[in-house]
Amino acid sequence: MARKLQPINAGSMADIAFLLLIFFLVTTTMDVDTGLMRMLPAMPEKNQKQKEDKIKERNVFVVLINKNNELLVEGRRMDIHELRAAAKEFIANPENKPDLPEKVWKDIPYFGHVFVTKNPVISLQNDRGTSYGTYLQVQNELIAAKNELRDELAQSKFGKKYDELDKDKQEAIKKYYPAVISEAEPKNVGGGK
Amino acid sequence: MKSRFRPKEEERTVGQINTASLPDIIFMLLFFFMVTTVMREVDLMVMIKVPEATEAKKLEKKSLVSYIYIGKPLLRYQKAFGTEPRIQLNDQFKTVKDIQDFIAQERDQLNEADRNKLTVSLKIDENTKMGIVTDVKQALRRANALKINYSSVKADKLK
Repeated sequence: MARKLQPINAGSMADIAFLLLIFFLVTTTMDVDTGLMRMLPAMPEKNQKQKEDKIKERNVFVVLINKNNELLVEGRRMDIHELRAAAKEFIANPENKPDLPEKVWKDIPYFGHVFVTKNPVISLQNDRGTSYGTYLQVQNELIAAKNELRDELAQSKFGKKYDELDKDKQEAIKKYYPAVISEAEPKNVGGGK
Repeated sequence: MKSRFRPKEEERTVGQINTASLPDIIFMLLFFFMVTTVMREVDLMVMIKVPEATEAKKLEKKSLVSYIYIGKPLLRYQKAFGTEPRIQLNDQFKTVKDIQDFIAQERDQLNEADRNKLTVSLKIDENTKMGIVTDVKQALRRANALKINYSSVKADKLK
């Protein structure tokens, strides 16, 4: 009387799985988000005075972009491909030129007593008519200049890339090249809308 | 003369292929896609081609990221919204004024501990003028959402 177990027909299983597969293919995306991380400056308090004039002219690297996407760097026109090298020279000032940032002797862990630039500031200003693509390229070049210097230093000192170092060593390198990229309060310089 | 190696006629019919393992294979594919992909969150209503950058880094912790899209409306929206670049928040066209509310809303959805880790990813078309971008940035500063990420494609070399 024992009933014989009949095999379940699994022929349509593949079709069901295919349906599910197609559903997931359509509703999901695979792209990873990449981008440039930046910090915006906090909004100044209303009664707080601007203290911009305190920074010496030689310590500031002014990058202006006009509405035709042309660059004016430290008072002269520049192609975007030269910007990285110029920014690197400004940040490090290897020959201690008088028109590039001041240098001081500083004690930095891992490096000892070194002669480094004091407080270089890269100031980026754009017009309302500048295209976003150009603006981001300029940002990218400035960040690249900083990253390249850090990587070179990390490579020569620790034999590793900056990203692979531990926190203490990264801090030391940050102190060695203390440059900051700042964005000016928006102004309507070129008259573009 | 008949070849010795040729089988007899009735033995030549091809047997059915065994498809019992087909579902397993498909399921494997299915799981692969389920694990490696993420759900689409919004339908883009604007045209965006993000610029290229050599220093682009991967954006971590997707749950802490909010997105702001800026670009020309898609063709089917151009009749109603024009061809000037517009801001898209979630699934709607919005203006700069709405950003503060949007940020407050996004903050509320996060844990108490993660609230100040909110990152705003700006997905902006490369042909957009900086005017609207500057306005958005000022709005973000006012909303105190200072961590931003300019979305861009990783490139090996500058054009």
